[in-house]
Amino acid sequence: MKARVYVTLKKSVFDPQGKTIHDALGSMGYEGVADVRQGKFFELEFEGVAEDAARAAADDIARRVLANPVIESYRVELLA
Amino acid sequence: MKIGVVVFPGSNSDHDAYHVAKHVLGQDARFIWHKEGSLGDVDAVIVPGGFAYGDYLRTGAIARFSPVMSAVAAFAKSGGPVLGICNGFQILQEAGLLPGAMLRNRSVKFLSQPVHIRVERDDTCATAGVPVGTVLTMPIAHGEGNFYLPDEDLDRLEREGRVVFRYTTRDGALDDAANANGSCRAIAGVCNEGRNVVGLMPHPERASEAELGSADGRRLIEALTRSLVRA
Repeated sequence: MKARVYVTLKKSVFDPQGKTIHDALGSMGYEGVADVRQGKFFELEFEGVAEDAARAAADDIARRVLANPVIESYRVELLA
Repeated sequence: MKIGVVVFPGSNSDHDAYHVAKHVLGQDARFIWHKEGSLGDVDAVIVPGGFAYGDYLRTGAIARFSPVMSAVAAFAKSGGPVLGICNGFQILQEAGLLPGAMLRNRSVKFLSQPVHIRVERDDTCATAGVPVGTVLTMPIAHGEGNFYLPDEDLDRLEREGRVVFRYTTRDGALDDAANANGSCRAIAGVCNEGRNVVGLMPHPERASEAELGSADGRRLIEALTRSLVRA
């Protein structure tokens, strides 16, 4: 069983990397891209763990390690 | 008077900090490997700069789970003086011992240059005896030093007098260009509620001898040794 964790800067937090990419897209001629936010993506592979336990563990790992709650938010997705 | 310098895989200012404590200030000093669960008999701790665990996940994010960090947290809780420099500051933030988090520099560039910082408080373990308003010159060397907290938390921090250093011009004036990394309210360093844990992004240990261009940083390490007397 896999869990996917998406970590992004909170909406209220300025994202210098996203801004740089956004500026580059503008100069490359891509119009209509209103904003770019950069984030991180993690895939956790679980073995011999029930779905509920995997979800709880993934959530715990995301909260404690993968994301910094001062600046980032996260989302956990479970795949069978 | 013994100063402990924590060493993580990837620390790179540990020897500089040790050198200043031991050879410039003549204090007893020892390295503390991050796997050690105890600080031993040290009177103060420096968490030095570098790239602990490569900062691969996020600056300081993995280092904070090293065994030594539980000992540092207990030491800090009991009032022991702790100074976090650069990556050491980031590790103390991740460990919850200091407020805020670091974003990428607003320029998205690694900055390695001298800066001027103004002392905002003289009642912390790293600034005791350094008058408020003193402007110190020392280098920064970081990619993520853009101090961030939400506005309401910044207000509280200021109310509690926990902003210890701000980036300024040489004359001590606030100026956007002087705030190279784009930190909220030009914050270069903060302290905990007990004022015995201080973190700053600039490197006092790299500016503690005239040969290095500035000896201003020495005053902060000296203050740390003075705080030992009170401990």
